[in-house]
Amino acid sequence: MSYLTTNGPAADAAARLGWGLIALSSAVIVIIFGLLLSALFRRRPIPPGDVETLGAIGRKGTGLSFIYVGTGFSTLMLFVFVVWSLQALGTVAGPPESPGLTVQVTGHQYWWEVRYIGAGGRGFLTANEIHIPVGTPVRVELSSADVIHSFWVPKLVGKMQMIPGQTNVTWMQADTAGDYRGECTQLCGLQHAHMAMVVIAEPAAAFTAWWNRQLMPPASAGTQLAADGQRIFQVRCASCHAVLGTDAGGLVGPNLSHLAGRQTLGADTIPNDPDHLAHWVNNAQDVKPGNAMPAIELEPSDQSAVVAYLETLE
Amino acid sequence: MSDQTAGSPAEFRAPDSAVLDGIWRTQPGVIGWLCSVDHKEMGKRYFVTAFAFLLIGGIEALVIRVQLARPNVGLITPHQYNQLFTMHGMTMIYLYALPMLSGFSNYLWPLMLGARDMAFPRLNAVSYWIYLFAGIFMYSTWPMGQAPSAGWFNYVPLSGRDYSPGVDIDVFTLGVTFIGISTTVGSVNFIVTLLRTRAPGMSVNRLPIIVWGTMTASVANIFAVPAVSLACIMLWLDRQVGTHFFDSTNGGSPLLWQHLFWMFGHPWVYAVVLPAMGIVSDALPTFCRRPLVGYTAVALATVATMVLGFGVWLHHMFATGLPVLALSFFSAASFVIAIPSAVSVFAWIATIWTGRPVFTTAFWYFTGFIMLFVIGGVSGVMTAAVSYDWQLNDTYFIVAHLHYVLLGINVFPVIGGIYFWFPKVTGKLMNEPLGKWSFWISFIGFNLGFFPMHISGLLGMPRRIYTYSTGMGWDTANLVTSIGAFVFAIGILLTVVNLLRSLAVGPRASANPWDAATLEWSVASPPPPYNFKVIPVLASRHPLWEGRLDDENSGRSLLESGILLDHGRETLATSVLDAEPDAVLQMPADSPWPLLLALALAALFFGMLFHVVWLGAGGLAALVISMAGWLWPDQREQRPTRSPAHV
Amino acid sequence: MSDSSLSGRTFPRISGLPVAPSGDRASGWYGMLTVIATEGALFSYLLFTYFYLGSQSVNPWPPYGKLRLTIAASNTAILLASSVAAWWGQRGIERADQRQLRIGLIVALLLGAVFVGLQVVEWSNKPFTLSSDAYGSLYFTVTGFHIAHVVVGLVILALLLVWSFLGYFSQERHLRVTIGIVYWHFVDAVWLCVFTTFYLTPYLGTP
Repeated sequence: MSYLTTNGPAADAAARLGWGLIALSSAVIVIIFGLLLSALFRRRPIPPGDVETLGAIGRKGTGLSFIYVGTGFSTLMLFVFVVWSLQALGTVAGPPESPGLTVQVTGHQYWWEVRYIGAGGRGFLTANEIHIPVGTPVRVELSSADVIHSFWVPKLVGKMQMIPGQTNVTWMQADTAGDYRGECTQLCGLQHAHMAMVVIAEPAAAFTAWWNRQLMPPASAGTQLAADGQRIFQVRCASCHAVLGTDAGGLVGPNLSHLAGRQTLGADTIPNDPDHLAHWVNNAQDVKPGNAMPAIELEPSDQSAVVAYLETLE
Repeated sequence: MSDQTAGSPAEFRAPDSAVLDGIWRTQPGVIGWLCSVDHKEMGKRYFVTAFAFLLIGGIEALVIRVQLARPNVGLITPHQYNQLFTMHGMTMIYLYALPMLSGFSNYLWPLMLGARDMAFPRLNAVSYWIYLFAGIFMYSTWPMGQAPSAGWFNYVPLSGRDYSPGVDIDVFTLGVTFIGISTTVGSVNFIVTLLRTRAPGMSVNRLPIIVWGTMTASVANIFAVPAVSLACIMLWLDRQVGTHFFDSTNGGSPLLWQHLFWMFGHPWVYAVVLPAMGIVSDALPTFCRRPLVGYTAVALATVATMVLGFGVWLHHMFATGLPVLALSFFSAASFVIAIPSAVSVFAWIATIWTGRPVFTTAFWYFTGFIMLFVIGGVSGVMTAAVSYDWQLNDTYFIVAHLHYVLLGINVFPVIGGIYFWFPKVTGKLMNEPLGKWSFWISFIGFNLGFFPMHISGLLGMPRRIYTYSTGMGWDTANLVTSIGAFVFAIGILLTVVNLLRSLAVGPRASANPWDAATLEWSVASPPPPYNFKVIPVLASRHPLWEGRLDDENSGRSLLESGILLDHGRETLATSVLDAEPDAVLQMPADSPWPLLLALALAALFFGMLFHVVWLGAGGLAALVISMAGWLWPDQREQRPTRSPAHV
Repeated sequence: MSDSSLSGRTFPRISGLPVAPSGDRASGWYGMLTVIATEGALFSYLLFTYFYLGSQSVNPWPPYGKLRLTIAASNTAILLASSVAAWWGQRGIERADQRQLRIGLIVALLLGAVFVGLQVVEWSNKPFTLSSDAYGSLYFTVTGFHIAHVVVGLVILALLLVWSFLGYFSQERHLRVTIGIVYWHFVDAVWLCVFTTFYLTPYLGTP
């Protein structure tokens, strides 16, 4: 999550500026500290008279030169950084070329709704994981379904608030393949601490394969257990969750069409493995108290069925 | 009207302290305590109450630091955490930072300005009582688990009715409005006191810098506080009555809240540091055995900082999707505002350099403050750069920055100021060795606690999270921070011990134990109720150092003989710029109206909070009656307007 | 009145200074000016909100079109007249004319009451309410804040009238009159800004 080094043009210029600012700040602190120590401990001639507790009052030199030199130098440095800072802003404010991809991200308490718009209206919904092709600028349109959230992927792009009723636009580009973690950085309620996401940058071919996979519905449930799970899912879960190619169309919670392919659950709160999935399905409030998913409390057999079904959603 | 020439016998009566004491003394007993309008009494009450809130806010912080010391600590629930950090912010910012400085200014101003009280003594009392009741109000719903929990800046829609349906946010909106009344009337008092009640000869270029600082803060508050009061009233209306100010589906805007809040919030942070910087500008030179270097530059820098402070509020909103042009303007302004701060820093360093330091506890606190100011200042400059702010904002880097500036520029000068003026207020000396221990432990603890937050912020740790996972790289920084916080708390505790012990058994202090220069040190410690036996006449900035500085051109102030004014509670009014006498002001004696008015307001606000109609309506009626009673003309005003021998 | 040199040992002459002054040397006068500054700032923020929400609005602003001017413009004239009456009354006491003061106050009070009454009528004939939308919320909140200030002003005028009848005011001693009436003028000035914003600026946009 550190932004001391970054991986894309939406953040690189700012990171360089950041190092410059760190250098400036450190230099100022060292210089002032040095001046202060010298002022405190420099040797002074001992004045005549009583020097036991309080010295005699004098007015040795006006000392104004400190103010002139110090303020003058500070102003010069500040001016340099104003110019650098405005230049960096110009660089990161918009992509160098027209973005090849647009992603719409909508903030919810406490997960990320991600909508991809493709050519010819072919798009799809997913949640909490954003795949992007390496080396391509991606336009990100941000909004919120409830309170103000903030979209932040430190290694790729600075923060932008997600405000209900308006669409804010930012952009990002990953120059190297990898997983880039992001977090919500605007207090959004009880589980603000557990609203994270990952941006997965992959080479163009892998990205296209992922895209095509997302457009297709998941394979139908193979085993009896999974089929039972799908029936239970339709009754207990479909009012909030959607799975492509089935009757489950709820839009309140994250889209689960390809849940099994994601690395984490609950917006990067817990890993995506059968035990954690079972815990979540049964009692999401125990995992992430205050999030919108109630404790479902299924019979153990029902629970295994639903988990088995969810694991087929590749 | 007859006009007597100077020096006529009628003008030179000897002052009679017993007469003056009888006129100015607060009546003894409970009634006197409740009805007192003495500025010194109000100053002490502000000190004590604000210090108590400092300790309460500090305990809230320590609980937070225990929760965050390690990953995944389960000490408190997310809701409790959100309430804790919100109340910590509200307590420190509304209930400690400005009221503590009001305590200093209320106590010191008349003594520094050569007056017998503030311009509006009853208004002074009411501003304290309202502050006390507003503080109680803000804490009133925590016992039921309903303290405000959306942060001290309370963004909508999280703080709106849909997402915070309880009474918690109403405590916030009504509480902030409530205390805003105290701040506003306090500011009115400071402004008029400064304009009208200075001693003759105290022209504007002879004012102590704390007066400049409090004056600019007060003018700023007059214009800034209405913004937050309005935002809070609008939010209260949205929540209770169904208006749509912040509702984006009906023509409102969530960003409206941010604009109004930060139009208040940014000037406010300067209001809570400029008077404290003034404390250092006045007290540090005493321990350098020379006047402040660059008085004019520092005074002007104070005003410039406050004026610029009104033009930078958008830097709290860089990430809200505003146009690049707006971002650029506010970014540049945020860089520029560092320049007047630089002026002050170099003035202080120059004063030490060209002076002869006396290493008292107060002096150490002021020196430490300079270092913390610079660290807080440069981290602030880093956030002025928009593109880098997009990384820094809402991470622990900002938490580091804000604590360096708030603790560094408010708390450290305040504690130094306490060590400096304690002898004057109480007539006793604090313990110096214990004081120095308190400084070093506080200073080391503070840096140990807050410097690592820069690191955890740069490593990406967001603000306002109740816990974090291991493996993020934040573990060590958080542990060190938590340890540092407790070390700092020990330092504060030592100061508390020193205060209590010195009050009980501290050695007697003379009128001027530090051999300082300004007027307050010319009266006894503690000062008599009437402050000055005669209104002094000023001839320089350093009345008590005249004749000892290498400055032959300085005049000589008149401190032993002067204007008597003992026909009842009276002080002198002087002209605005040059302080030439132009009227005699009659001051009110003890009065019950301030307390009654504050109680009426409390009834009104509690009635609105809990929807108790009779309480609210009763409070409103009592408010009208109290104001009428307060303003009712009294018999003294029927006397002749001019008295020839009125000295 | 004062000595020329305050830097020497010469003692400033203060005999003959006014005691508890009544005019612009009184603390209360300065106090009221600061109150006016802060309340003025409050109304500035309210009007800022109007223009801000208007600038951000995707729908036409104002959403209910131009407001009819008849009652509001008459009310403006009435409030201006009450300020004139109050000013005239103040001039009376400055010349030791108690009767002029009382008549001025009574007329100002009556005109102010008429203003309040007409404003209530104006409120009742609006097609929107406080909770219709942001514009409705703003209209009633801003005019509501203003009416609250008017009511406070009426209470002040009434108190001044009572005090006048109790004989508390004279040519030298009428500080409360000066302060109370400058507040009344302030309330009038605020109305001019509110009226201009809500009623006149829509006429400046495209028809």
